Amino acid sequence: MVKEQVKGTVVGVTGDGAAADAMRQIDPDVVAAYPITPQTEIVERFAEYVADGKVNTELVAVESEHSALSACCGASAAGARVMTCTASQGLALMHEMLYIASGNRLPIIMPMVNRTISAPINIHGDHSDSMGSRDASWIQLYCRDAQEVYDTTIQAVRVAEDQRVMLPVMVCLDGFMVSHDMEWVEMLPDEEVKQFIGPMRPVINLLDKDNPISIGALALPPVFFEHKVSMIRALEGAKSVIKEVADEYGALTGRQYGLVEPYLMDDAEVAIVVMSSAAGTTRTVVDVLRDQGVKAGVLRIRSFRPFPKDEVVQALRGVRAVAVMDRASSPGAVAAPIFSEVASAMYGEEARPKLVNYVFGLGGRDLPMEQVASVYERLQNVVSTGEVGPVLTYLGLRDG
Amino acid sequence: MKIRRIENLSELPCVSEVPLGGILSNVGNSAQYRTGSWRTQRPIFKADICTNCLLCWINCPDGSIAVAEGKVTGIDEMHCKGCGICAYVCPTKPTKAMSMEQGGEY
Ligand code: SF4
Ligand code: SF4
Repeated sequence: MVKEQVKGTVVGVTGDGAAADAMRQIDPDVVAAYPITPQTEIVERFAEYVADGKVNTELVAVESEHSALSACCGASAAGARVMTCTASQGLALMHEMLYIASGNRLPIIMPMVNRTISAPINIHGDHSDSMGSRDASWIQLYCRDAQEVYDTTIQAVRVAEDQRVMLPVMVCLDGFMVSHDMEWVEMLPDEEVKQFIGPMRPVINLLDKDNPISIGALALPPVFFEHKVSMIRALEGAKSVIKEVADEYGALTGRQYGLVEPYLMDDAEVAIVVMSSAAGTTRTVVDVLRDQGVKAGVLRIRSFRPFPKDEVVQALRGVRAVAVMDRASSPGAVAAPIFSEVASAMYGEEARPKLVNYVFGLGGRDLPMEQVASVYERLQNVVSTGEVGPVLTYLGLRDG
Repeated sequence: MKIRRIENLSELPCVSEVPLGGILSNVGNSAQYRTGSWRTQRPIFKADICTNCLLCWINCPDGSIAVAEGKVTGIDEMHCKGCGICAYVCPTKPTKAMSMEQGGEY
C-alpha cells in the first residue's frame, strides 16, 4: 500500500519532549518507568499525558529501574504494548532484565538517553551506558537529533513487534546534547501514527486462556545454545525489517533513514565513522573541507545492533583513510567499541582503508569543530605519507 | 550401577525448531521430566507399619507419594528426588514406615 506523503505539524521541542510526544501518539498499554537525569523529562511529560487523560496507558510508578523493566517484561508477556525509558545508571540497574526481555522475545520499546556511567559521578552524555548493554540482544538505534528521536521511536514499535524480529528496541539519544536541546521537529497527525504502527497483535500472550503457555522455562545445555542462536539470527534478520519500516515511514513523511547515513561518501578519500549527534558537527566540518577541495565524508551508524556490516563495507570501500570516533571507551581493549566493529567488518576486504580510532567526548565533553578538523587533517597525512601512527588516541584530552 | 541415559542430540530441536522465546505451549509437561534421576537416596515404604496419617504425602515437595483411597500405596520413583522429607516427618515409632536408603536407581 503506497500512501501519499502526509503534512506534519512543526513544533519546538527537546529530544526528551520528542520521545514523550511519540509515546503519547503510540499510546502504549503499559509504561513502567523511573526518572533519571537526563531522561526525566520523558517520564514527567508522559505522566502529565496520563494525568490529563490524553493516553489510555497504565503508568506504573516503580521504585527502581530493575522493577521498571521487570514490570515491562510481565506486561509484555501478558500481550500488552509496552514502553519504558531510562539512562545511564538506570540502564545499568536494568542490566539483568535486559537479557530477560530479549531472551523471552518481548518487544519492549525504550528511549534511552545516553549518559556516562559513574564513577566519578557525572550526568552528561557519552555512550558508555548503552555500550555496556551491546550484547544484550536488544536492537540499538542511535539518533542524530530530536526529529530522528521522534521518528525512530515510532518506527521502533513496528520493528520490535514484527513477527520476524520480536526483540526489544533501544532508541538512543545523546544526553543534554539532544535530550535537552530545543529543536524544530515535525510531528505526524495522531491518526497517522496510529495507522502506521497498527494495533498490537501479541504473539506472546499469557492472558490468552484458550492457548495456555508457560514463559521463562529452564533451558539446560542440550537446548540453551539453539535458543541463543535463534535469537542471534532474529537480531541479524532485524536489519531488513529496520530498512523496510524506515522506507515505509520515509514514503509517509519524506524523512528517510537506514541502517547507516552516509554523507558525501561516494567520492570520499578521507572519512569519519561516528554515531549520534556528533555526526551533525562532523557534517558541518565536511562542508567546510569540501569547499576547500578536500574529499571528506561522514558515515553515521544508526543501527549499532544489529551492526550493518555490508553497508559499512560498501560505504568505506575505496576510502583511503578512516577515523572511527567512539564516544565510549573499552578499557583494556585494543580500541573502542565502534572501531572494533568497523575493523572486523573491513578485515576481509583486500583494499581496505587505513583505520584509526579516536575516543572523544567522555563525560559529555564538547566536540568542537576544530577537533574534528584536526582528525581530517591527520587522515590526509596518513594518505600522503602512508604512516598511520597509534591506532587509538584520545581527542580533546589534556594528556600528560 | 546403571549408567545415566545420554540424550540423543539429533532428536532435540535445531535452531529453526526451538519455540520463540523458549515458550512452552504443551503446558504441564513437567510430569515428563525425570527428576528421579537426581536421587542419591531413595525412600523405602513399609505398608505394614504405616498408619496412613499422610504427613509424608502433604510434605512431599514433588507430589511423589502415591495415594489411593486415603492410603499410601508407594513412591512415584520417576519424580521422587530423594530429599528425605517424607522419612523425616514420618511419626511411627520405633520403626519408621518411611525411611531412606542409599542408592537412587530406578
Ligand atoms: S524423598 Fe522427598 S521427593 Fe521422594 S517421596 Fe520422599 S519427600 Fe517426596
Ligand atoms: S508419614 Fe509415615 S505413617 Fe504417615 S502416611 Fe507417610 S509413611 Fe505412613
